[in-house]
Amino acid sequence: MTIADTLGQLALFADLSGAQLEAIAHTHDEDVFAAGERVLRKGLSGGNFYVILDGEAAVELNGQHLAKLGRGDFFGEVSALTGDTPTADVVAVTILRCLVIPGPQLERLLLDRPQLALRLLRMEVRRLRATLEWQP
Amino acid sequence: MAAVEQAFPPGDYDAVVVGSGPGGLQTSYCLRALGVRHAVLSRDDCPGGMFRRFPIFQRLITWTKPDAPVERSSREYEWYDHNSLLADEPELKALVPTLMDRAFDLPSRAEMEGGIASFAEKAKLEVRYECEWESTRVEDDGRLVLVTTDGEYRARAVVFALGVTEPWRADVPGLEHAAHYVDTRDPARYEDRDVFVVGKRNSGFEVAQGILPWARSITLGSPRPVQTETLALSALRMRYLHPYDEYARGGPGTYVIDVTIERIERDGQRFRIFTRGTTWDGQLEFDVDDVIAATGFRTPVRDLPDLGLVTVADGRIPALTPFWESVSLPGAYFAGNASQGARGLGKRGAGASSSAVNGFRYNARVLAQHLAEQLNGHEPPREPVDDVVSFLLRELSVAPELWVQKGYLCRVVSSAEGGYVDDGVQPVAHFLDAGGPDAFGATVEVDRDGTILPTLYVRRRGEIREHQLAPHPLHDYQGDGYRHQVAGIVA
Repeated sequence: MTIADTLGQLALFADLSGAQLEAIAHTHDEDVFAAGERVLRKGLSGGNFYVILDGEAAVELNGQHLAKLGRGDFFGEVSALTGDTPTADVVAVTILRCLVIPGPQLERLLLDRPQLALRLLRMEVRRLRATLEWQP
Repeated sequence: MAAVEQAFPPGDYDAVVVGSGPGGLQTSYCLRALGVRHAVLSRDDCPGGMFRRFPIFQRLITWTKPDAPVERSSREYEWYDHNSLLADEPELKALVPTLMDRAFDLPSRAEMEGGIASFAEKAKLEVRYECEWESTRVEDDGRLVLVTTDGEYRARAVVFALGVTEPWRADVPGLEHAAHYVDTRDPARYEDRDVFVVGKRNSGFEVAQGILPWARSITLGSPRPVQTETLALSALRMRYLHPYDEYARGGPGTYVIDVTIERIERDGQRFRIFTRGTTWDGQLEFDVDDVIAATGFRTPVRDLPDLGLVTVADGRIPALTPFWESVSLPGAYFAGNASQGARGLGKRGAGASSSAVNGFRYNARVLAQHLAEQLNGHEPPREPVDDVVSFLLRELSVAPELWVQKGYLCRVVSSAEGGYVDDGVQPVAHFLDAGGPDAFGATVEVDRDGTILPTLYVRRRGEIREHQLAPHPLHDYQGDGYRHQVAGIVA
């Protein structure tokens, strides 16, 4: 299965056409990490935006497990968009295949594809709500 | 008649290197210097690897400057000469500039091939030529077995240095009818013909530039837009920007378009190509005489995927750890062009220079040291560093390893027995993640605007902190301001 095909199955990219997905797949690289390898490092500048195409990752802070991430999940968006350094590590739990979009290119992509920006915003809001104790 | 005795008969070795191009030879040279017992196998009958055949249009894209402000035998000269292999002996260093006719500061293919052959000969590097790796298995004890035309080789580590040289075609219906880049040797065959090139990276633009004086029209098409702001500053600019420049200025007959190619149909002697825009909405059809698939190459990994080797880039490149070992098949290492399968931190999207000799010659040296430690417990000498500030600033200013492999390799100084020692060149990702004593890692990074930033990572009690130094117009970080800043960081 090509990267474009995989992206087409993920909720984040559900509004994009096949040609638009191919453009994204060909414009950005995929990267594969060994189990145990760190992908995002707390406190380090220049982090990218990662979309998990296959495999599992863990969000960790000082060795403490905070959350599990799987196919279709994404991470690194906060530091990629704000320029702030990540506040936690992301570590591959299994062999982890990701699409990698550097910060400046993520910005351009979201401006070019507002449907994608809206999806990302919705998913981000859900995450935020899930982390808040207060419930409506 | 007795057979001529060949080097490296089949059997057990600590390591086996496959390939006799620059990656394989550099790895073997470094392993030999460290005393690692290894065999080198090649299906070719002489050294040179891909440079015996490529690039097709005969000119490299990496510079060698025969004259420089530093001595050719110095380490600093490596930054001026991106094409020679690395050696300790002065007579083996900087061989490519001695062969150049200076028509360009980019060597020709033949000059590069000559430099590699000369290195193999002068260094007396042994290779078992015309010995082809055919299949692979894993023993119960984890050792890899290479089945070759000459017999079986067994080792705990196999370094595959086979390049990224097997023609690869994108999965486009009908593209199988097209010629591949490797079949385009004679540009005159495109005289007065309409040509569609599938692909807009190195080989696509190389072909386009090569046939510009011949073809009636040339269209380059692929989904990814040409990144002119990056290319204008890249070593590829000569080839990329020439056809692109004609298109951008409205020159007739040359087109560079962002499309996904839906299918290619044969129409008698001609081709019909159906495309759809990726950065624009709409469809276009083309009728042309020739289609050239310039969709790149893959590493010839043979049966390794059956043993669990995981790949990236549509199956073209093995996925590697920071020390260039397969992420999924222990003991399988890659040198040479395939070492690009380790992307490193990729900060701000920056990649290492591992797909060219200038970068992968350093990867090979670091890999050889890693294997010497893993296989033989061979610890590198750790010379004391008395003046840490001067040492780090000098490395940041002149170290060719850091300047070529920006953000991938770093120079490490570690604390030991009340002082500091030189811990050599290491992958940055390893330095950041492996833990260890308090230490400093110096590397050269690039910010989002392309500005070069010397960067120091400090490891204290296991915690990593990052310090970026200010840029300098001459990239000289040895002045008082830098000394003061780094003294504060080191203290």
